[in-house]
Amino acid sequence: MIQVRNLGIDFGSEWALKNIDLDIPSNTTCAIIGPSGCGKTTLLCVLAGLLVPTAGQVLIDGQQLRGIRKNTGLILQNNGLLPWKTTWKNVELGLRTRQPDRKIVNEKVYSILKQMEISEFRNKYPAQLSGGQKQRTAIARTLVLEPDILLLDEASSALDAITREQLQNLILEIYKNKPTTLVLVTHSIEEAVFLGQKIVVMKKAQIKHIMSNPFFGDADIRTKPDYYNVCMEVRKRLCGDA
Amino acid sequence: MKVLRRTFNIRKIYGLAVVICLWEIIHFIVNSKIVPGPYETAKAFLGLLSGNLVLHILSSLFRVLSAISVSAAAGVPLGLLTGMSRKADSFISPVMYILYPIPKIAFLPVFMILFGLGNSSKIVLVTSIIIFQIMLSARDGVREIPQEFYYSARSLGLSMFQIYMHIVVPAVLPKLFSAMRISMGMCIAALFFSENFSTTFGIGYFIMNCWVMADYLHMFAGILALSLMGMLMFKVIDYAEKKLCPWLHLDS
Ligand SMILES: Nc1ncnc2c1ncn2[C@@H]1O[C@H](COP(=O)(O)OP(=O)(O)OP(=O)(O)O)[C@@H](O)[C@H]1O
Ligand SMILES: [Mg+2]
Repeated sequence: MIQVRNLGIDFGSEWALKNIDLDIPSNTTCAIIGPSGCGKTTLLCVLAGLLVPTAGQVLIDGQQLRGIRKNTGLILQNNGLLPWKTTWKNVELGLRTRQPDRKIVNEKVYSILKQMEISEFRNKYPAQLSGGQKQRTAIARTLVLEPDILLLDEASSALDAITREQLQNLILEIYKNKPTTLVLVTHSIEEAVFLGQKIVVMKKAQIKHIMSNPFFGDADIRTKPDYYNVCMEVRKRLCGDA
Repeated sequence: MKVLRRTFNIRKIYGLAVVICLWEIIHFIVNSKIVPGPYETAKAFLGLLSGNLVLHILSSLFRVLSAISVSAAAGVPLGLLTGMSRKADSFISPVMYILYPIPKIAFLPVFMILFGLGNSSKIVLVTSIIIFQIMLSARDGVREIPQEFYYSARSLGLSMFQIYMHIVVPAVLPKLFSAMRISMGMCIAALFFSENFSTTFGIGYFIMNCWVMADYLHMFAGILALSLMGMLMFKVIDYAEKKLCPWLHLDS
Protein backbone atom coordinates (compact mmCIF):
# COMPACT_ATOMS: atom_id res chain seq x y z
CA MET A 1 0.00 0.00 0.00
CA ILE A 2 1.39 3.34 -1.05
CA GLN A 3 -0.09 6.39 0.64
CA VAL A 4 0.93 9.85 -0.48
CA ARG A 5 -0.08 12.57 1.93
CA ASN A 6 -0.09 16.27 1.10
CA LEU A 7 3.17 15.83 -0.77
CA GLY A 8 5.12 18.85 -1.99
CA ILE A 9 8.43 19.15 -3.82
CA ASP A 10 10.11 22.50 -4.17
CA PHE A 11 13.02 22.75 -6.59
CA GLY A 12 13.82 26.30 -5.53
CA SER A 13 12.34 28.20 -8.42
CA GLU A 14 8.93 26.57 -8.33
CA TRP A 15 6.90 23.76 -6.82
CA ALA A 16 7.24 20.70 -9.02
CA LEU A 17 4.57 18.96 -6.93
CA LYS A 18 2.02 20.47 -4.61
CA ASN A 19 -0.64 18.98 -2.31
CA ILE A 20 -0.50 15.52 -3.79
CA ASP A 21 -2.73 12.96 -2.13
CA LEU A 22 -2.87 9.48 -3.58
CA ASP A 23 -3.55 5.95 -2.39
CA ILE A 24 -2.37 2.94 -4.31
CA PRO A 25 -3.47 -0.36 -2.73
CA SER A 26 -1.01 -3.26 -2.74
CA ASN A 27 -0.82 -5.34 -5.87
CA THR A 28 -2.87 -2.94 -7.96
CA THR A 29 -1.74 -0.84 -10.89
CA CYS A 30 -1.89 2.89 -11.21
CA ALA A 31 -1.25 4.88 -14.38
CA ILE A 32 -0.19 8.50 -14.08
CA ILE A 33 -0.81 10.65 -17.13
CA GLY A 34 -0.26 14.34 -17.71
CA PRO A 35 1.39 16.91 -19.93
CA SER A 36 5.16 17.21 -20.20
CA GLY A 37 6.73 18.94 -17.23
CA CYS A 38 3.75 18.42 -14.91
CA GLY A 39 5.87 16.52 -12.38
CA LYS A 40 5.30 12.85 -13.22
CA THR A 41 8.95 11.82 -13.11
CA THR A 42 9.42 13.86 -9.95
CA LEU A 43 6.54 12.02 -8.28
CA LEU A 44 8.02 8.66 -9.29
CA CYS A 45 11.42 9.66 -7.89
CA VAL A 46 9.78 10.57 -4.59
CA LEU A 47 8.03 7.18 -4.49
CA ALA A 48 11.41 5.56 -5.18
CA GLY A 49 12.92 7.37 -2.22
CA LEU A 50 15.38 9.27 -4.39
CA LEU A 51 13.93 12.70 -3.64
CA VAL A 52 13.11 13.91 -0.17
CA PRO A 53 9.71 15.65 0.00
CA THR A 54 9.75 19.33 0.87
CA ALA A 55 6.30 18.93 2.42
CA GLY A 56 4.08 16.01 3.37
CA GLN A 57 5.10 12.38 3.31
CA VAL A 58 4.91 9.03 1.60
CA LEU A 59 3.87 5.96 3.55
CA ILE A 60 4.59 2.48 2.31
CA ASP A 61 2.75 -0.28 4.15
CA GLY A 62 2.10 2.27 6.87
CA GLN A 63 5.75 3.22 7.32
CA GLN A 64 7.12 6.59 6.37
CA LEU A 65 9.47 6.31 3.41
CA ARG A 66 12.98 7.52 4.15
CA GLY A 67 15.45 6.97 1.37
CA ILE A 68 15.84 4.02 -0.95
CA ARG A 69 13.67 1.01 -0.27
CA LYS A 70 15.15 -2.35 -1.10
CA ASN A 71 12.05 -3.83 -2.69
CA THR A 72 11.10 -0.91 -4.87
CA GLY A 73 12.16 -1.21 -8.49
CA LEU A 74 12.50 1.85 -10.71
CA ILE A 75 12.78 2.02 -14.48
CA LEU A 76 13.53 5.49 -15.75
CA GLN A 77 12.45 7.37 -18.84
CA ASN A 78 15.72 6.74 -20.72
CA ASN A 79 16.00 3.26 -19.19
CA GLY A 80 19.23 4.13 -17.33
CA LEU A 81 21.18 1.26 -18.88
CA LEU A 82 24.93 1.70 -18.56
CA PRO A 83 26.46 1.95 -22.05
CA TRP A 84 29.67 0.26 -20.90
CA LYS A 85 27.95 -2.91 -19.75
CA THR A 86 26.53 -5.71 -21.82
CA THR A 87 22.93 -6.80 -21.41
CA TRP A 88 24.04 -9.50 -19.01
CA LYS A 89 26.22 -7.20 -16.91
CA ASN A 90 23.50 -4.56 -16.78
CA VAL A 91 20.94 -7.10 -15.59
CA GLU A 92 23.17 -8.60 -12.90
CA LEU A 93 24.25 -5.17 -11.60
CA GLY A 94 21.75 -4.85 -8.76
CA LEU A 95 21.56 -8.55 -8.04
CA ARG A 96 25.29 -8.95 -7.45
CA THR A 97 25.24 -6.34 -4.70
CA ARG A 98 22.63 -8.36 -2.80
CA GLN A 99 23.38 -11.95 -3.70
CA PRO A 100 26.92 -13.12 -2.94
CA ASP A 101 26.41 -16.56 -4.50
CA ARG A 102 27.63 -16.37 -8.08
CA LYS A 103 25.70 -19.46 -9.09
CA ILE A 104 22.34 -18.15 -7.92
CA VAL A 105 23.05 -14.83 -9.66
CA ASN A 106 23.79 -16.57 -12.94
CA GLU A 107 20.69 -18.73 -12.71
CA LYS A 108 18.41 -15.82 -11.94
CA VAL A 109 19.89 -13.59 -14.63
CA TYR A 110 19.66 -16.36 -17.18
CA SER A 111 16.05 -17.15 -16.41
CA ILE A 112 14.94 -13.49 -16.51
CA LEU A 113 16.74 -12.96 -19.83
CA LYS A 114 14.89 -15.98 -21.18
CA GLN A 115 11.59 -14.71 -19.86
CA MET A 116 12.15 -11.28 -21.45
CA GLU A 117 13.29 -12.98 -24.66
CA ILE A 118 16.61 -11.16 -24.73
CA SER A 119 19.00 -13.96 -23.84
CA GLU A 120 20.47 -14.00 -27.34
CA PHE A 121 21.60 -10.39 -26.81
CA ARG A 122 23.31 -11.07 -23.51
CA ASN A 123 26.75 -10.09 -24.80
CA LYS A 124 25.58 -7.01 -26.68
CA TYR A 125 26.01 -3.47 -25.45
CA PRO A 126 23.00 -1.13 -25.18
CA ALA A 127 24.15 0.74 -28.30
CA GLN A 128 23.69 -2.50 -30.25
CA LEU A 129 20.10 -3.05 -29.08
CA SER A 130 16.82 -1.79 -30.48
CA GLY A 131 14.62 0.45 -28.37
CA GLY A 132 12.35 -2.44 -27.41
CA GLN A 133 15.27 -4.68 -26.47
CA LYS A 134 16.72 -1.91 -24.32
CA GLN A 135 13.44 -1.51 -22.45
CA ARG A 136 13.24 -5.27 -21.91
CA THR A 137 16.77 -5.20 -20.54
CA ALA A 138 15.88 -2.38 -18.17
CA ILE A 139 12.78 -4.27 -17.04
CA ALA A 140 14.81 -7.46 -16.58
CA ARG A 141 17.38 -5.61 -14.49
CA THR A 142 14.67 -4.51 -12.10
CA LEU A 143 12.50 -7.65 -12.14
CA VAL A 144 15.44 -9.88 -11.33
CA LEU A 145 15.44 -8.26 -7.88
CA GLU A 146 11.83 -9.38 -7.40
CA PRO A 147 10.47 -6.03 -6.24
CA ASP A 148 7.03 -5.68 -4.63
CA ILE A 149 6.65 -2.16 -5.99
CA LEU A 150 7.53 -1.46 -9.59
CA LEU A 151 7.81 2.12 -10.83
CA LEU A 152 7.92 2.65 -14.59
CA ASP A 153 8.59 6.00 -16.22
CA GLU A 154 7.39 6.15 -19.82
CA ALA A 155 8.64 2.70 -20.57
CA SER A 156 7.23 2.68 -24.08
CA SER A 157 7.30 6.29 -25.24
CA ALA A 158 10.43 5.92 -27.40
CA LEU A 159 9.07 2.91 -29.28
CA ASP A 160 7.13 2.46 -32.51
CA ALA A 161 3.44 1.56 -32.31
CA ILE A 162 3.80 -2.21 -32.68
CA THR A 163 6.75 -2.59 -30.32
CA ARG A 164 4.93 -0.37 -27.88
CA GLU A 165 1.87 -2.61 -27.82
CA GLN A 166 4.10 -5.66 -27.42
CA LEU A 167 5.79 -4.04 -24.46
CA GLN A 168 2.42 -3.10 -22.94
CA ASN A 169 1.26 -6.70 -23.36
CA LEU A 170 4.45 -7.88 -21.73
CA ILE A 171 3.97 -5.57 -18.75
CA LEU A 172 0.38 -6.76 -18.32
CA GLU A 173 1.54 -10.35 -18.54
CA ILE A 174 4.26 -9.78 -15.95
CA TYR A 175 1.67 -8.21 -13.68
CA LYS A 176 -0.82 -11.02 -14.13
CA ASN A 177 1.79 -13.71 -13.53
CA LYS A 178 2.88 -12.14 -10.30
CA PRO A 179 0.81 -9.19 -9.10
CA THR A 180 2.91 -6.39 -7.63
CA THR A 181 2.16 -2.77 -6.99
CA LEU A 182 2.72 -1.19 -10.36
CA VAL A 183 2.94 2.57 -10.85
CA LEU A 184 3.48 3.68 -14.39
CA VAL A 185 3.91 7.12 -15.85
CA THR A 186 2.86 7.63 -19.43
CA HIS A 187 2.10 10.19 -22.10
CA SER A 188 -0.26 7.88 -23.86
CA ILE A 189 -3.97 7.73 -23.08
CA GLU A 190 -4.25 4.25 -24.61
CA GLU A 191 -1.42 2.95 -22.45
CA ALA A 192 -2.92 4.48 -19.32
CA VAL A 193 -6.24 2.78 -19.98
CA PHE A 194 -4.63 -0.52 -20.95
CA LEU A 195 -2.35 -0.78 -17.94
CA GLY A 196 -3.97 1.37 -15.27
CA GLN A 197 -6.46 -0.04 -12.79
CA LYS A 198 -6.51 3.44 -11.42
CA ILE A 199 -5.80 6.37 -13.71
CA VAL A 200 -4.38 9.58 -12.27
CA VAL A 201 -4.62 12.66 -14.46
CA MET A 202 -2.13 15.38 -13.54
CA LYS A 203 -1.78 18.99 -14.52
CA LYS A 204 1.01 21.36 -13.55
CA ALA A 205 2.32 20.04 -10.22
CA GLN A 206 -1.08 18.77 -9.12
CA ILE A 207 -3.49 15.89 -9.44
CA LYS A 208 -6.47 16.93 -11.48
CA HIS A 209 -8.55 13.81 -11.41
CA ILE A 210 -8.41 10.20 -10.28
CA MET A 211 -10.60 7.62 -11.95
CA SER A 212 -10.86 3.88 -11.75
CA ASN A 213 -10.82 1.70 -14.81
CA PRO A 214 -13.25 -1.24 -14.62
CA PHE A 215 -11.92 -2.80 -17.81
CA PHE A 216 -8.37 -3.22 -16.62
CA GLY A 217 -6.83 -6.64 -17.05
CA ASP A 218 -8.50 -7.62 -20.29
CA ALA A 219 -5.66 -8.31 -22.74
CA ASP A 220 -8.02 -7.96 -25.70
CA ILE A 221 -9.50 -4.73 -24.48
CA ARG A 222 -8.04 -2.77 -27.40
CA THR A 223 -10.61 -4.18 -29.78
CA LYS A 224 -13.61 -3.34 -27.59
CA PRO A 225 -15.76 -0.20 -27.63
CA ASP A 226 -15.65 0.14 -23.81
CA TYR A 227 -11.94 0.78 -24.09
CA TYR A 228 -12.54 3.77 -26.34
CA ASN A 229 -15.15 5.14 -23.99
CA VAL A 230 -12.65 5.13 -21.14
CA CYS A 231 -10.01 6.64 -23.42
CA MET A 232 -12.47 9.38 -24.36
CA GLU A 233 -13.11 10.14 -20.74
CA VAL A 234 -9.41 10.35 -19.94
CA ARG A 235 -8.90 12.58 -22.95
CA LYS A 236 -11.67 14.90 -21.74
CA ARG A 237 -10.12 15.06 -18.28
CA LEU A 238 -6.68 15.65 -19.69
CA CYS A 239 -7.57 18.35 -22.16
CA GLY A 240 -10.60 19.96 -20.49
CA ASP A 241 -10.31 22.88 -18.11
CA ALA A 242 -12.62 21.40 -15.50
CA MET B 1 47.73 -13.97 -39.23
CA LYS B 2 45.02 -11.58 -38.12
CA VAL B 3 47.55 -9.59 -36.13
CA LEU B 4 49.83 -9.40 -39.13
CA ARG B 5 47.05 -8.17 -41.34
CA ARG B 6 46.03 -5.54 -38.87
CA THR B 7 49.55 -4.20 -38.45
CA PHE B 8 50.38 -4.11 -42.11
CA ASN B 9 47.13 -3.07 -43.66
CA ILE B 10 47.07 -1.17 -46.91
CA ARG B 11 46.33 2.29 -45.46
CA LYS B 12 49.36 2.20 -43.22
CA ILE B 13 51.64 1.00 -46.00
CA TYR B 14 50.28 3.75 -48.20
CA GLY B 15 50.89 6.40 -45.51
CA LEU B 16 54.39 5.17 -44.92
CA ALA B 17 55.15 5.09 -48.64
CA VAL B 18 54.01 8.68 -49.13
CA VAL B 19 56.07 9.94 -46.18
CA ILE B 20 59.17 8.12 -47.39
CA CYS B 21 58.68 9.46 -50.94
CA LEU B 22 58.32 13.03 -49.66
CA TRP B 23 61.42 12.58 -47.55
CA GLU B 24 63.33 11.20 -50.54
CA ILE B 25 62.19 14.13 -52.69
CA ILE B 26 63.28 16.70 -50.10
CA HIS B 27 66.56 14.87 -49.70
CA PHE B 28 67.01 15.05 -53.46
CA ILE B 29 66.11 18.75 -53.76
CA VAL B 30 68.14 19.96 -50.78
CA ASN B 31 70.99 17.81 -51.96
CA SER B 32 73.19 18.34 -48.92
CA LYS B 33 74.30 16.38 -45.89
CA ILE B 34 71.77 18.29 -43.76
CA VAL B 35 68.93 16.05 -44.96
CA PRO B 36 70.11 12.47 -45.33
CA GLY B 37 67.87 10.07 -47.20
CA PRO B 38 65.48 7.64 -45.53
CA TYR B 39 67.52 4.58 -46.39
CA GLU B 40 70.79 5.84 -44.89
CA THR B 41 68.92 7.16 -41.87
CA ALA B 42 67.22 3.85 -41.22
CA LYS B 43 70.54 2.09 -41.56
CA ALA B 44 72.23 4.51 -39.16
CA PHE B 45 69.31 4.13 -36.77
CA LEU B 46 69.60 0.34 -36.72
CA GLY B 47 73.34 0.65 -36.27
CA LEU B 48 72.89 2.95 -33.30
CA LEU B 49 70.40 0.63 -31.62
CA SER B 50 73.22 -1.62 -30.49
CA GLY B 51 74.96 1.42 -29.00
CA ASN B 52 74.01 4.29 -26.75
CA LEU B 53 70.82 5.30 -28.55
CA VAL B 54 68.82 2.73 -26.60
CA LEU B 55 69.95 4.34 -23.35
CA HIS B 56 68.91 7.75 -24.64
CA ILE B 57 65.52 6.42 -25.65
CA LEU B 58 65.05 4.68 -22.32
CA SER B 59 65.88 7.73 -20.26
CA SER B 60 63.44 9.81 -22.32
CA LEU B 61 60.77 7.16 -21.94
CA PHE B 62 61.39 7.02 -18.23
CA ARG B 63 60.82 10.77 -17.95
CA VAL B 64 57.61 10.73 -19.98
CA LEU B 65 56.17 7.71 -18.19
CA SER B 66 57.00 9.16 -14.78
CA ALA B 67 55.29 12.40 -15.76
CA ILE B 68 52.20 10.53 -16.99
CA SER B 69 52.04 8.46 -13.81
CA VAL B 70 52.37 11.48 -11.54
CA SER B 71 49.79 13.40 -13.57
CA ALA B 72 47.31 10.53 -13.47
CA ALA B 73 47.85 9.80 -9.79
CA ALA B 74 47.31 13.44 -8.81
CA GLY B 75 45.14 14.73 -11.66
CA VAL B 76 42.44 12.08 -11.75
CA PRO B 77 41.40 12.30 -8.08
CA LEU B 78 41.59 16.10 -8.14
CA GLY B 79 39.53 16.21 -11.33
CA LEU B 80 36.92 13.80 -9.96
CA LEU B 81 36.68 15.79 -6.76
CA THR B 82 36.24 19.01 -8.73
CA GLY B 83 33.54 17.41 -10.86
CA MET B 84 31.58 16.01 -7.96
CA SER B 85 31.78 18.65 -5.28
CA ARG B 86 30.59 22.15 -5.89
CA LYS B 87 32.75 23.35 -3.05
CA ALA B 88 35.93 21.74 -4.37
CA ASP B 89 35.05 23.13 -7.79
CA SER B 90 34.86 26.68 -6.47
CA PHE B 91 38.32 26.29 -4.94
CA ILE B 92 40.10 24.41 -7.67
CA SER B 93 38.58 25.50 -10.98
CA PRO B 94 39.47 29.22 -10.82
CA VAL B 95 43.10 28.34 -10.13
CA MET B 96 43.09 25.73 -12.88
CA TYR B 97 41.69 28.20 -15.41
CA ILE B 98 44.56 30.60 -14.78
CA LEU B 99 47.31 27.98 -14.77
CA TYR B 100 46.07 25.90 -17.71
CA PRO B 101 46.80 28.33 -20.56
CA ILE B 102 50.15 29.53 -19.19
CA PRO B 103 53.00 28.24 -21.38
CA LYS B 104 54.62 25.97 -18.80
CA ILE B 105 57.68 25.47 -20.94
CA ALA B 106 58.86 28.97 -20.03
CA PHE B 107 59.11 27.83 -16.45
CA LEU B 108 61.82 25.29 -17.17
CA PRO B 109 64.54 27.57 -15.71
CA VAL B 110 62.48 27.98 -12.54
CA PHE B 111 61.90 24.23 -12.30
CA MET B 112 65.61 23.61 -12.77
CA ILE B 113 66.42 25.94 -9.89
CA LEU B 114 63.73 24.43 -7.66
CA PHE B 115 64.03 20.75 -8.57
CA GLY B 116 67.63 20.48 -9.63
CA LEU B 117 69.21 19.90 -13.00
CA GLY B 118 68.51 16.17 -13.18
CA ASN B 119 65.42 14.17 -14.03
CA SER B 120 63.09 15.85 -11.55
CA SER B 121 62.89 19.21 -13.23
CA LYS B 122 62.17 17.57 -16.58
CA ILE B 123 59.49 15.34 -15.12
CA VAL B 124 57.95 18.33 -13.34
CA LEU B 125 57.86 20.29 -16.59
CA VAL B 126 56.10 17.54 -18.52
CA THR B 127 53.76 16.87 -15.59
CA SER B 128 52.81 20.53 -15.42
CA ILE B 129 51.75 20.29 -19.05
CA ILE B 130 49.60 17.16 -18.95
CA ILE B 131 48.15 17.32 -15.47
CA PHE B 132 45.68 20.11 -16.32
CA GLN B 133 44.44 18.29 -19.37
CA ILE B 134 43.84 15.23 -17.23
CA MET B 135 42.14 17.17 -14.45
CA LEU B 136 39.85 18.94 -16.88
CA SER B 137 38.79 15.77 -18.62
CA ALA B 138 38.19 13.90 -15.38
CA ARG B 139 36.10 16.82 -14.15
CA ASP B 140 34.07 17.09 -17.35
CA GLY B 141 33.71 13.32 -17.53
CA VAL B 142 32.03 13.21 -14.12
CA ARG B 143 29.85 16.18 -14.88
CA GLU B 144 28.52 14.62 -18.04
CA ILE B 145 27.23 11.53 -16.25
CA PRO B 146 23.44 11.72 -16.56
CA GLN B 147 21.49 11.97 -13.32
CA GLU B 148 19.46 8.92 -14.36
CA PHE B 149 22.55 6.69 -14.04
CA TYR B 150 22.89 7.66 -10.40
CA TYR B 151 19.16 7.27 -9.83
CA SER B 152 19.07 3.81 -11.41
CA ALA B 153 22.17 2.70 -9.57
CA ARG B 154 20.89 3.90 -6.22
CA SER B 155 17.50 2.31 -6.70
CA LEU B 156 19.26 -0.94 -7.60
CA GLY B 157 20.95 -0.70 -4.21
CA LEU B 158 24.53 0.15 -5.23
CA SER B 159 26.78 1.63 -2.56
CA MET B 160 28.87 4.76 -3.06
CA PHE B 161 31.93 2.64 -3.78
CA GLN B 162 30.03 0.53 -6.29
CA ILE B 163 28.72 3.65 -7.99
CA TYR B 164 32.34 4.74 -8.37
CA MET B 165 33.40 1.44 -9.84
CA HIS B 166 30.43 0.84 -12.11
CA ILE B 167 29.58 4.38 -13.19
CA VAL B 168 32.20 7.03 -12.49
CA VAL B 169 35.31 5.13 -13.57
CA PRO B 170 33.93 3.82 -16.89
CA ALA B 171 32.40 7.20 -17.68
CA VAL B 172 35.69 9.02 -17.15
CA LEU B 173 38.09 6.50 -18.68
CA PRO B 174 37.51 7.38 -22.38
CA LYS B 175 37.98 11.06 -21.55
CA LEU B 176 41.31 10.31 -19.93
CA PHE B 177 42.53 8.45 -22.99
CA SER B 178 41.55 11.40 -25.18
CA ALA B 179 43.33 13.77 -22.82
CA MET B 180 46.48 11.68 -23.03
CA ARG B 181 46.31 11.60 -26.80
CA ILE B 182 45.85 15.35 -26.99
CA SER B 183 48.69 16.11 -24.62
CA MET B 184 51.11 13.56 -26.07
CA GLY B 185 52.39 15.91 -28.78
CA MET B 186 53.01 18.80 -26.39
CA CYS B 187 54.48 16.44 -23.88
CA ILE B 188 57.12 15.07 -26.25
CA ALA B 189 57.95 18.54 -27.56
CA ALA B 190 58.48 19.78 -24.00
CA LEU B 191 60.59 16.78 -23.19
CA PHE B 192 62.77 17.41 -26.23
CA PHE B 193 63.23 21.01 -25.16
CA SER B 194 64.05 20.17 -21.57
CA GLU B 195 66.61 17.58 -22.63
CA ASN B 196 68.65 20.30 -24.27
CA PHE B 197 69.70 21.46 -20.84
CA SER B 198 72.10 20.03 -18.34
CA THR B 199 71.84 16.39 -19.22
CA THR B 200 73.86 13.94 -21.23
CA PHE B 201 71.10 11.41 -21.61
CA GLY B 202 67.80 11.55 -23.40
CA ILE B 203 66.86 11.56 -27.03
CA GLY B 204 66.60 15.36 -27.08
CA TYR B 205 70.17 15.65 -25.91
CA PHE B 206 71.28 13.10 -28.48
CA ILE B 207 69.70 15.02 -31.36
CA MET B 208 71.09 18.41 -30.36
CA ASN B 209 74.51 16.94 -29.61
CA CYS B 210 74.69 15.44 -33.10
CA TRP B 211 73.65 18.82 -34.46
CA VAL B 212 76.45 20.58 -32.61
CA MET B 213 78.90 18.08 -34.02
CA ALA B 214 77.40 18.45 -37.51
CA ASP B 215 76.67 14.70 -37.57
CA TYR B 216 73.45 15.08 -39.54
CA LEU B 217 73.00 11.42 -40.30
CA HIS B 218 72.92 10.49 -36.62
CA MET B 219 70.85 13.57 -35.85
CA PHE B 220 68.24 12.28 -38.27
CA ALA B 221 68.44 8.82 -36.78
CA GLY B 222 67.69 10.49 -33.44
CA ILE B 223 64.72 12.33 -34.91
CA LEU B 224 63.51 9.01 -36.28
CA ALA B 225 63.87 7.47 -32.82
CA LEU B 226 61.90 10.31 -31.22
CA SER B 227 59.15 9.97 -33.83
CA LEU B 228 58.97 6.23 -33.32
CA MET B 229 58.74 6.76 -29.59
CA GLY B 230 55.81 9.12 -30.08
CA MET B 231 54.09 6.69 -32.41
CA LEU B 232 54.63 3.82 -30.04
CA MET B 233 53.08 5.75 -27.16
CA PHE B 234 50.10 6.61 -29.32
CA LYS B 235 49.68 2.94 -30.19
CA VAL B 236 49.89 1.93 -26.56
CA ILE B 237 47.17 4.43 -25.66
CA ASP B 238 44.98 3.16 -28.51
CA TYR B 239 45.52 -0.41 -27.48
CA ALA B 240 44.79 0.26 -23.82
CA GLU B 241 41.62 2.07 -24.76
CA LYS B 242 40.46 -0.80 -26.94
CA LYS B 243 41.08 -3.25 -24.11
CA LEU B 244 39.63 -1.16 -21.30
CA CYS B 245 36.73 0.50 -23.16
CA PRO B 246 35.38 -2.20 -25.49
CA TRP B 247 31.99 -0.47 -25.72
CA LEU B 248 33.59 2.35 -27.73
CA HIS B 249 34.69 -0.01 -30.48
CA LEU B 250 31.58 -1.96 -31.29
CA ASP B 251 31.53 -2.10 -35.07
CA SER B 252 34.69 -4.15 -35.36
N1 LIG C 1 16.45 18.47 -10.51
C1 LIG C 1 15.60 19.47 -10.82
N2 LIG C 1 15.89 20.74 -10.45
C2 LIG C 1 15.05 21.74 -10.75
N3 LIG C 1 13.87 21.59 -11.39
C3 LIG C 1 13.53 20.36 -11.77
C4 LIG C 1 14.37 19.23 -11.51
N4 LIG C 1 13.78 18.12 -12.01
C5 LIG C 1 12.61 18.55 -12.56
N5 LIG C 1 12.46 19.88 -12.41
C6 LIG C 1 11.28 20.66 -12.86
O1 LIG C 1 10.13 20.08 -12.28
C7 LIG C 1 9.07 20.05 -13.20
C8 LIG C 1 8.55 18.63 -13.37
O2 LIG C 1 9.54 17.83 -14.00
P1 LIG C 1 9.29 16.29 -14.31
O3 LIG C 1 10.54 15.77 -14.89
O4 LIG C 1 8.75 15.63 -13.11
O5 LIG C 1 8.17 16.37 -15.43
P2 LIG C 1 7.49 15.19 -16.23
O6 LIG C 1 6.04 15.29 -15.93
O7 LIG C 1 8.15 13.91 -15.95
O8 LIG C 1 7.74 15.63 -17.73
P3 LIG C 1 8.00 14.70 -19.00
O9 LIG C 1 6.69 14.12 -19.36
O10 LIG C 1 8.50 15.65 -20.03
O11 LIG C 1 9.01 13.69 -18.61
C9 LIG C 1 9.59 20.65 -14.49
O12 LIG C 1 9.14 21.98 -14.57
C10 LIG C 1 11.08 20.61 -14.33
O13 LIG C 1 11.66 21.71 -14.98
MG1 LIG D 1 9.29 12.58 -17.06
